[in-house]
Amino acid sequence: MTINRRHFMILMPAAAIAWQSVLAGTPEESPNYKTSEHWWGMLMDISKCIGCGNCVRACQKENDVPDGFFRTWVERYHVTDYNLENPQVISPDGGKEGFPAVEEDAGKYFFVPKLCNHCADSPCTQVCPVGATFVSPDGVVLVDQKYCLGCAYCVQACPYGCRYIHPEKHVADKCTLCYHRITKGLTTACCENCPTGARQLADLKNPNDPIHAFLKTHKVQVLKPQMATRPKVFYNELDGSVR
Amino acid sequence: MPGVEGFMYPNEVSLLWSILIVLYPFITGLVAGAFILASLERVFRVEAVKPTYRLALLTALAFLLVAPLPLQLHLGHPERSLEMYLTPHTSSAMAMFGFVYLWYLMAVLVTEIWIDYRADIVRLYQTTTGPLRWLYGAMTLGSTNISPRALAIDDKVGWIITVIGIPSAFLLHGYVGFIFGSVKANPWWSSPLVPVVFIFSAMVSGVAAVMLLYMATTKLRKLPIDIHCVDTIAMYLFYIFVIDFGLEMLDLIHRIYEADESFRSLDFMVHTKLFFSQIILQIILGTAVPLALLFLTQVVKLPAGVRKVIYVVSGSLTMIGVFAMRWNVVIGGQLFSKSFLGYTTYKVALVTREGLLMTIALSLLPFLFLWILVKLLPPWTEGEVHVAPSA
Repeated sequence: MTINRRHFMILMPAAAIAWQSVLAGTPEESPNYKTSEHWWGMLMDISKCIGCGNCVRACQKENDVPDGFFRTWVERYHVTDYNLENPQVISPDGGKEGFPAVEEDAGKYFFVPKLCNHCADSPCTQVCPVGATFVSPDGVVLVDQKYCLGCAYCVQACPYGCRYIHPEKHVADKCTLCYHRITKGLTTACCENCPTGARQLADLKNPNDPIHAFLKTHKVQVLKPQMATRPKVFYNELDGSVR
Repeated sequence: MPGVEGFMYPNEVSLLWSILIVLYPFITGLVAGAFILASLERVFRVEAVKPTYRLALLTALAFLLVAPLPLQLHLGHPERSLEMYLTPHTSSAMAMFGFVYLWYLMAVLVTEIWIDYRADIVRLYQTTTGPLRWLYGAMTLGSTNISPRALAIDDKVGWIITVIGIPSAFLLHGYVGFIFGSVKANPWWSSPLVPVVFIFSAMVSGVAAVMLLYMATTKLRKLPIDIHCVDTIAMYLFYIFVIDFGLEMLDLIHRIYEADESFRSLDFMVHTKLFFSQIILQIILGTAVPLALLFLTQVVKLPAGVRKVIYVVSGSLTMIGVFAMRWNVVIGGQLFSKSFLGYTTYKVALVTREGLLMTIALSLLPFLFLWILVKLLPPWTEGEVHVAPSA
């Protein structure tokens, strides 16, 4: 079959449309992004979290997280009096659909959003037998799922319960800090959808990031500091009962 | 949530390391233990255990061949496992397994067995016919000189390999312990004592396994059991067991006395979910009873028949106890939340890739390998009875 000018003119728009859909399957390029210029973390303001579960739903949608597993979740703590050792904690379906009503005058209640702490000294990357999980130069703990053996050693090594084995891909899965978004100048899906600003993406290498002013003026804490993993998710007003 | 008490982080609910990962340290432990028993004769010249020497080596090899299978079956992507050799992540304890395994298999065990059997292989090559002759011919690796001088060299080389093999056996199993002991996120595992406890429990299980195998195979061959030999093995079993028990108690007492943030959670678990496997199986039936029985044979002069029964009972209980110990480490370490606020449940599946049937099949496979090895390389000369003065 020979293609004459007429055929060519008809095929061109079709090919252009097809090419668009080919491009849709490949990650967008971010030519201006330099990993060496960033060091990502997150700020959680516990006093602002209302436990609506928007972040969990947004994350699941954005990252195609399978049901029953969580890249981020919200816990509700209930602490009565001084007994910090025995908080009552719930996180029904990761807090995705919110929480049941609280009893009045029965102590303090507060929400703690959780996600991978993107530790600078991450025990999960240390134990990976093939180096499939690693800390990127801009400080995000990622998994190369085409390389992961699915041995689950990293899941065992994470002190925070942030990793799981993907039930269909059979590889380790976790929060990527929406790497596909933040490298294009966007914020994460969870931060984007938080109605109160309880979560804020933070670039610790950017001197103009508001995180610096916040850290200078507030008493913040990280989770399980005794693990010496140098987490980069900072919590404002973290209660001593949280673990 | 079904099977969950208290609060678990949402991703923690289902266990990731199953009964197959229980089997893995159990099997490598048997390998290391069997080899240590073999070295008693070879390096430390404990002549009494000579009847078990070759059987111990073949047992170690049969189990070592099966050791990586539970790991392989457990992986989400077993087809990528070769990457551990090609692109190992040097900071990972698990990445080194492949190398330690290969070193132990090829540099220690296979070489030692070949050197030890070389003269036999040459003789078998000369006396058999057909495909077996080809096989033995290949196994000689072209080295058919069995002159007294050549055999003397074999003996020397074999001794050197065994000397290298002893620390290698410690490395093999100590390293398995390190895989668990180095996980700082998990207080049930994280302890520098774990690799040491693993080594001693490995020796206990391996020595008990070879003792039982020796008694069983001798019985099957309708030959009298060399009581002096089993007495000596039982004596070593008892002393190693005392050290093992001492170390485990040290770990326990240390945990109870320190009572750190995880203690209440772990203590609760031992009293509930692990009560049967830890208190009943591991400590009472698998340790206290065999230790008491073995102690009895050391201090009271019992008739040989009674001693044999005691050795079979205590050996079998020891094996159960060590398997329970592996279970308690691997499964126990995943039953509690790292928040120390809740517990989950583990149910063994039956017909899955990591289920009970697969575990049983993998537990039987070393015996099939051992049977083939024994047929190919008989560890005893037919009709041989090692007669030694009774103790």
